[in-house]
Amino acid sequence: MKLEELRFGTELIKRGFAKMQKGGVIMDVTNAEQAQIAEDAGAVAVMALHKVPADIRASGGVARMADPKKIQEIMDAVTIPVMAKCRIGHVAEARALEAIGVDMIDESEVLTPADVFFHIDKRKFTVPFVCGARSLGEAVRRIWEGAAMIRTKGEAGTGNVVEAVKHMRIMNQSIAQLQRMPDEKVYAVAEKYAERYVELTRTVRQEMGLPEEIKPDDVVYEEYTFEEIVGGIYEILLEVKKMGRLPVVNFAAGGIATPADAAFMMQLGADGVFVGSGIFKSSNPEAYARAIVEAVEHWDEPEVVAEVSKGIGEAMKGLEVSQLSVRMQERGI
Amino acid sequence: MRIAVIGVQGAVEEHVVATKKAMQKLGIDGEVLAVRRKGIVSKSDGVIIPGGESTTISRLMFRDSIASEIIELAEEGKPVMGTCAGLILLSKHGDEQVEKTKTKLLGLLDVWIKRNAFGRQRESFQVKLNVKYVGEFEAVFIRAPAITKVGEDVEVLATFEDYIVAVKQDNVLGLAFHPELTEDTRVHEFFLKMALD
Repeated sequence: MKLEELRFGTELIKRGFAKMQKGGVIMDVTNAEQAQIAEDAGAVAVMALHKVPADIRASGGVARMADPKKIQEIMDAVTIPVMAKCRIGHVAEARALEAIGVDMIDESEVLTPADVFFHIDKRKFTVPFVCGARSLGEAVRRIWEGAAMIRTKGEAGTGNVVEAVKHMRIMNQSIAQLQRMPDEKVYAVAEKYAERYVELTRTVRQEMGLPEEIKPDDVVYEEYTFEEIVGGIYEILLEVKKMGRLPVVNFAAGGIATPADAAFMMQLGADGVFVGSGIFKSSNPEAYARAIVEAVEHWDEPEVVAEVSKGIGEAMKGLEVSQLSVRMQERGI
Repeated sequence: MRIAVIGVQGAVEEHVVATKKAMQKLGIDGEVLAVRRKGIVSKSDGVIIPGGESTTISRLMFRDSIASEIIELAEEGKPVMGTCAGLILLSKHGDEQVEKTKTKLLGLLDVWIKRNAFGRQRESFQVKLNVKYVGEFEAVFIRAPAITKVGEDVEVLATFEDYIVAVKQDNVLGLAFHPELTEDTRVHEFFLKMALD
């Protein structure tokens, strides 16, 4: 066996890992005991957190990567994959999580962003990443940066599914639009989507009184020129157009609180579901966890969704989105 | 010919697509169904258990009585293939992770399985392997299990380092890697040929 033929962290391996999660429920947990409950209920993975989003929202302040000791305890407690969140753009937190050995990193708007200009260049990592998106533009930018999985942002910690539904509908409608476009028009969309990467360069030039026009060979993000970014995004859009879906796994997240919420997101085309506060903020976490797992498997069988929803106690209370002071979904576009 | 892909969780669609492509290549007229309810596996000519999370698939498969249909189909001599998590579920002898999670196994392959044998996701890898009956194959291992020991009726089809990673016991095929993630359909073609015999 020649050693150089062994390859790690390829796109196939990263996207393949995400594919193994399809049809499953990934649950937020804050300690080993909760992780055990999630595994026993049939979760495909757990997300190790310091606090669930509802508590992050309530406590305010800066939300950061969880304590590595806590993450390690959760990794030791279960056999299923363990994911953890880093702040948007925070390369050092991401590297630390990779060093601990978490199975996937969520570069997440639920934590306080560390970089207002850029997300992490995720292709440079061996560990796969998942990122939130409200629209096709956000999704393809994250995929171009190397994300192996996308999830709707929804509005985390609210127990209100309305924003996740909105983001999934926007995504589906955008893909349908794309499929009716000739390729030249798709290229124009790619140029529009790539605009986000020139904000830093524009800001600096404006301050220095230099011409703001961006040339194709200007290096604008990491080592990539504007032209390379447009080209990369164009390729991804053509793939989306051909497949009629994102080229990576797309989960629902951000406000899913009941088995019926989860089944609804699957009906809208989600490949699986993240449940954050919805399980451990309910009155009976074991029952909610099991019921949501079954509702995701049998999303198209209303009688099953009804059956598993019977007598499982109170769902998390939830928040009306228009009353929120912080909208996490606006972070990291 | 009808092939059922157990569809409760995991890389289901990938196996459906790969099996359909393999049918086309072999000129077989047939259908491939992703199965989440009971009653379909027993009317099939072969069944595939995909990769995913073995703990999740096991719970759902046994709860929905799909598990007993797979066992019956295997006893009739119809071909059964499991990849990654599917291999774990086909095994007879679990490791401490299988026991700790109280994961029920189908017990159709007389092998001793070790979950996450190569480590966590960052240790996942791809490598060219020689697979008996198939040839050189790009094998993708994702948090993969491996076989540490086999019973005497089990034929070893491929090894990697100190582990056995592909086996055949009569009509039951088990792979630690993911043939459904690459464009190469030769493993699926081999499986379909087993169904034709």
